[in-house]
Amino acid sequence: MIVAELKEFDEIREMIDRYSSVLVVGCDSCVAECAAGGTRETQLLASALKLSYLKDGRRKVITEACIDRQCVDDFIDVIAEQVPDHEAILSLGCGAGVQALARVYQDKPVIPALNTLFIGETVLRGVWTENCLGCGQCKLGYFGAVCPVTRCSKKLMNGPCGGSIGGRCEIDPETPCGWDLIIRRLTAIGEIDRLAEYVPPVNWSTSHSGGPRRVIREDQKP
Amino acid sequence: MKTESLLEKTFEKGTFAVTAECGPPKGSDADILIRKGKSLLGWVDAVNVTDNQTAIVRMSSLAACSILKSLGHEPILQMVTRDRNRIALQSDLFGAYALGIRNVLCLTGDHQSFGNQKEAVGVFDLDSVQLLRTVKDMRDSSVIIGGESIQGNPKFFIGAAENPFADPVDWRVVRLGKKSLAGADFIQTQCIYNMERFRKFMSQARDTGLTDKLYIMAGVTPMKSVGMGRYMATKVAGMDIPDELINRMAKVPKDKQADEGIKIAVETIEQVREIEGVAGVHIMAIEWEDKVPEILKAAGIGARPV
Repeated sequence: MIVAELKEFDEIREMIDRYSSVLVVGCDSCVAECAAGGTRETQLLASALKLSYLKDGRRKVITEACIDRQCVDDFIDVIAEQVPDHEAILSLGCGAGVQALARVYQDKPVIPALNTLFIGETVLRGVWTENCLGCGQCKLGYFGAVCPVTRCSKKLMNGPCGGSIGGRCEIDPETPCGWDLIIRRLTAIGEIDRLAEYVPPVNWSTSHSGGPRRVIREDQKP
Repeated sequence: MKTESLLEKTFEKGTFAVTAECGPPKGSDADILIRKGKSLLGWVDAVNVTDNQTAIVRMSSLAACSILKSLGHEPILQMVTRDRNRIALQSDLFGAYALGIRNVLCLTGDHQSFGNQKEAVGVFDLDSVQLLRTVKDMRDSSVIIGGESIQGNPKFFIGAAENPFADPVDWRVVRLGKKSLAGADFIQTQCIYNMERFRKFMSQARDTGLTDKLYIMAGVTPMKSVGMGRYMATKVAGMDIPDELINRMAKVPKDKQADEGIKIAVETIEQVREIEGVAGVHIMAIEWEDKVPEILKAAGIGARPV
């Protein structure tokens, strides 16, 4: 899923300050799972904004709504009737959600309330970690299902650097060394032999280095 | 001889080789570099020119190599993959060879979060092993990445670094083997303070036949003070300084600690020289290059060229 975090309240308020009415729109998919932009967080943010403007004695229409998936047009339609009554949309979707709303409601400013961070997993309640960069050439099968592109801070493909100490990355003792994980995992599944081979330079053209990507599937078109 | 490198020539003759690190200045003042370079002249077989080490912006390694060469040094161009993609790296390799540089040390580099440009993008298009293979393919097959042929192949003597003290420990010699296969001719190790662990590393390297394929140079860094020792032990990535050495430095009065650090460095050189498979010593006297001749003299290593 996409993991995101709510922006600082002051930054959000500063961005919406110029509008007299704002539709605060959450997204009940990924960003709900990471407790950043689901129904609950949308209600909390809308209430906090209302209170804040009330305290300052300023009139501001703030309405909340939540969409199941902000990144799919069929779901976005749910707010179609509310949008015209508001000057701007404040989105608690990920970057894709914000841009999808802006594409659908072309005359409305759409402001992000979240910082979109990464593709990750929920490892514990309240802990999310990054484990996919979407490079477009998944080689997890060679690396014991631990991604060197994402989980090694230097994207090394041929083994750990000289900064790995006690299973920790050189950049931060809280960060596990991705290569330590790869070696442990391959040892555990009896496939450590895979690592003796030279891994040639990665083809980054399938990653974002190749420009914004898209997938076109004729068989899926209406 | 694969190349015209004077360092390779030194190894081929069977001489115990000496290299030292020369860090370019943080700025454009070439005189600083020239002063450092002059203090090393006649004492080393080749001089390593660092590439924005610890991710701190400094004069480019390539420019500094060229300046040091004009002084009469045999430079080793250090190249990290942190800051430049394969287009820039390969282009600089061509340029370096055209300027007369004959040695290159292929590194990944410290992460940018260590330096003074913490918000920079980390490139890491290649890793150090892939860079080794790139330089080897240029030299031996006259091709760049992707297989296109080139006009005039740079014939570099190719170096790599290895840290015998990083984890996972059993992996270090596997990685050394990978670097040898990818193209490394010589290795310079991380600074050695934990002699026991270095001996074990060398014995693994001998057992796997790597000392026959690689010239391994033992890294030595003199400690200026107990503070520097403690800093390296806790803040520098991949360092292993046993407590007994820190305690030995701490027992000495402050004004005598530099001498003690040099004494430890001299003892280290004497000890690594006795280890089978160690082909030379690489001295990294950080911002202390002028002490290198004194250290070498005390270790019984004479002036160069031999």
